[in-house]
Amino acid sequence: MDSLPFVLPFAELEVGQHLYWQIGNLRIHGQVFMTSWLLIGALLALVVTGTKKMERDPKGVQNLLEFLWDYIRDLARTQIGEKVYRDWMPFIGTLFLFIFVSNWGGALVPWRLIKLPSGELGAPTADINTTVALALLVSLSYFYAGLSNKGLRYFEYYVHPTPIMLPFKIVEDFTKPLSLSFRLFGNILADELVVAVLVFLVPLVLPVPVMFLGLFTSAIQALIFATLAAYYIGEAVEEHH
Amino acid sequence: MDSITTAASVVAAGLAVGLGAIGPGIGQGSAAQGAVEGIARQPEAEGKIRGTLLLSFAFMESLTIYGLVVALVLLFANPFAG
Repeated sequence: MDSLPFVLPFAELEVGQHLYWQIGNLRIHGQVFMTSWLLIGALLALVVTGTKKMERDPKGVQNLLEFLWDYIRDLARTQIGEKVYRDWMPFIGTLFLFIFVSNWGGALVPWRLIKLPSGELGAPTADINTTVALALLVSLSYFYAGLSNKGLRYFEYYVHPTPIMLPFKIVEDFTKPLSLSFRLFGNILADELVVAVLVFLVPLVLPVPVMFLGLFTSAIQALIFATLAAYYIGEAVEEHH
Repeated sequence: MDSITTAASVVAAGLAVGLGAIGPGIGQGSAAQGAVEGIARQPEAEGKIRGTLLLSFAFMESLTIYGLVVALVLLFANPFAG
């Protein structure tokens, strides 16, 4: 779009500009892949170093990982329920950790120092494609959870209190991924935009508290995404009597 | 893109965020009221109330964020730009 150029001089705010990679017929956003691979690598390195030499009395990284494990287990258990939460804990934990690390990695790592020919590096979750992919994974997994746990009785859920609820429940299947993906994408992009605009207006001191607020909200968004994913799965496997 | 489309897009982007902020604003106000009343009645439950309050704030905030997403689409990825 040429008529609304929104490239600020200081902050170099570039929305909607990407580093395109052409793979066959697909045009993919290269900068998202680069940052997410880097962050996945960092996360994997952390987990591998933490679990390599495990001790009975956890110290350092192992202690942190055990704390995270407890946290994720509590989250999954309260939302999904005692019976099947173990099957879904890896999924919920991966979602939470990936989103958390992407949000904070996008904000804390000085990606600006690396110049790209087009677009800029940032949080992978500030790209709508990432969040839609994550949300669709959640949709697929709650269908799978319902069908594998209850078979065709899963569809009783659609007419559960009364059959009048049927259209609403069907619409809900479409609005769930929509709201999940838009919530995450919008929050992370809004954080980046607010910081960029403030840096453009007042380049000193003033943006710092807003950056901390951004870190706080992005941590909460990771928690919300994981909680909602667990809640949807829990709703699908719940037994009605 | 002709100037009338640009003007309409910018006005609509402003309205999308501005109008979208009204409802969640009222909602967050009444949620905070409830939390403060809860803490006043039962100060030992403050930690639990704060956690729930922040989580529900984030849900309400996401409604404004939907408006923001619409505004951003209008500004940066306008489908009507010729």
